[in-house]
Amino acid sequence: MSEVRLTVAKTYKLYLGGAFPRSESGRSYPVTDQAGAFLANAAQASRKDARDAVVAARKAFGGWSGATAYNRGQVLYRVAELLEGRRDQFIAEVSASEGLKPAVAKSTVDAAIDRWVWYAGWTDKIATVFGAANPVAGPYFSFSVPEPTGVVAVFAPQSSSLLGLVSVLAPVIASGNTCVVVAGEDRPLPAITLSEVLATSDVPGGVVNILTGRTAELAPWLASHADVNALDLGGVAAANRVELEKAAAGTVKRVLRVPVEEPDWTQAPGTGRLRALLETKTVWHPMGA
Amino acid sequence: MAAAPQATTSGADPTTARAAPPADLADLTRDESTLRRFLYGLPGVDAVGVEARAASLATRSIKKASKLWAIDTAIRMVDLTTLEGADTPGKVRTLAAKARRPDPERPGVPSVAAVCVYPDLVATAVAGLAGSEVGVASVATAFPSGRAALPVKLADVADAVAAGATEVDMVIDRGAFLSGRYGLVFDEITAVRAACGEAHLKVILETGELATYDNVRRASWLALLAGGDFIKTSTGKISPAATLPVTHVMLQAVRDFHARTGQRRGVKAAGGIRNTKEAIRYLVAVHEVAGEEWLTPSLFRFGASSLLNDLLMQRRAQHEGHYSGPDYVTVD
Repeated sequence: MSEVRLTVAKTYKLYLGGAFPRSESGRSYPVTDQAGAFLANAAQASRKDARDAVVAARKAFGGWSGATAYNRGQVLYRVAELLEGRRDQFIAEVSASEGLKPAVAKSTVDAAIDRWVWYAGWTDKIATVFGAANPVAGPYFSFSVPEPTGVVAVFAPQSSSLLGLVSVLAPVIASGNTCVVVAGEDRPLPAITLSEVLATSDVPGGVVNILTGRTAELAPWLASHADVNALDLGGVAAANRVELEKAAAGTVKRVLRVPVEEPDWTQAPGTGRLRALLETKTVWHPMGA
Repeated sequence: MAAAPQATTSGADPTTARAAPPADLADLTRDESTLRRFLYGLPGVDAVGVEARAASLATRSIKKASKLWAIDTAIRMVDLTTLEGADTPGKVRTLAAKARRPDPERPGVPSVAAVCVYPDLVATAVAGLAGSEVGVASVATAFPSGRAALPVKLADVADAVAAGATEVDMVIDRGAFLSGRYGLVFDEITAVRAACGEAHLKVILETGELATYDNVRRASWLALLAGGDFIKTSTGKISPAATLPVTHVMLQAVRDFHARTGQRRGVKAAGGIRNTKEAIRYLVAVHEVAGEEWLTPSLFRFGASSLLNDLLMQRRAQHEGHYSGPDYVTVD
């Protein structure tokens, strides 16, 4: 072997229905680090890829939402184990993508893994914390249980490529939703590596679908799609949000309103995101004789 | 052997009306050995060629106005099918309502071509479709296997026709065909043809069991010579069901049959066609192989159940500018 070797330039693909297809459009775009040096090529998804992703997410919804909360917790914890196994790769990618010093990148990746474990622990507590047995003035036993909203389109944060992504993705799937994630436009590599982690974990194909590409190109199609039940507009530029909310209203979606400025993702996340993507079902059951 | 039946339907398109084949073709069916000689004399199918041709036509891009036209045409060509052991009169009534008005919110959506059910549910379908243009097709002749004695098969057909079926989908005896007893298959189709009376006859070849394209071509000619109004790919109970290359071979057969006799017979692709994109590929094949004249429900049909919902969703997407979803169409 010679001492100098050529680097292997990678061209990544999308993560869709548990598989890694190229974009239907055949397009890709170069991803660079903060200094402008080439890192890899990423697939540039088209509206048809978004459509296929929604179909895959819908197909996976029955199985994932129907799985026991305990089982979902185990599956998510397994993902955290695999994230831990790829820790060095994530540190390198987060460092290159966000221009962070290695020590900061390291603490960011650790925070992301811890965040994932934290949400894995939430799966079987959601019903007890957000559900209730309601005292009612009648001979009924009335109780409320939270159910997942459905297929969620998530526009991942543009700055925080891993911790931000995990902080918006994990609460969506913890409660049994399935999702289509549009990764941060200029910093997609940690999201792509996360898709490789998910593909080798126990998360069923289609529960998480990750598209890379232009957020502004994909957003209108996902916002107006009649089979998407909720939107997280976090990664969308402020100027486009009003139009997208209007499009979402046309097919009655939940829209998660988040501040335009990205929060400090290292802070404790709270339960707001978990709660936002739940629907409450209340049952009135006659008490009997 | 009996000659092909001479019945004629009134008021139908003269090119598709049932008529005896010309003398030279009628002569071919004189006896089994002549028929066999003719079927073996058909040119062999270039399997690689037909698959390549089917694949290359499948890449053709149909957009905008053409796509809208294709979607509406495909809807008009659908034989809305339910062939389950668990079929109930209620399900057939629901299907009949859907066949009349596939998308009640949009009056511009055309009705489908027919509803396809088992013989015992024909009466229910006829009642549900009274006053509409939608036909009632019934599978018969011991569908889907075709393993029964001829009198049983004919009784099955007579039953369906008596109950009001306007179209009969029969299965050929694949066992007889594959063991080379072409005369038997021919006589059976002819007998069913006679039992159909005014009803249109579709002959199911079950191409998934015929093994080669050459067999598909022979079976197609056999069915056309015996008087089938349509040749149909499959029962939908066997995989593979309809495929593009097989449909190509069958379309070539009806095209060549037209060239020799001047009669236009139809093709029905059934089973496995689930979305609009695939359906449009079939329409392209119909146009390119058989010709533009075949792009009508009287000469080309889709046997499908889930295809219709996808066509409706695509139609909405085209008209409304955003993707639709399964929450907005019926669950069936």
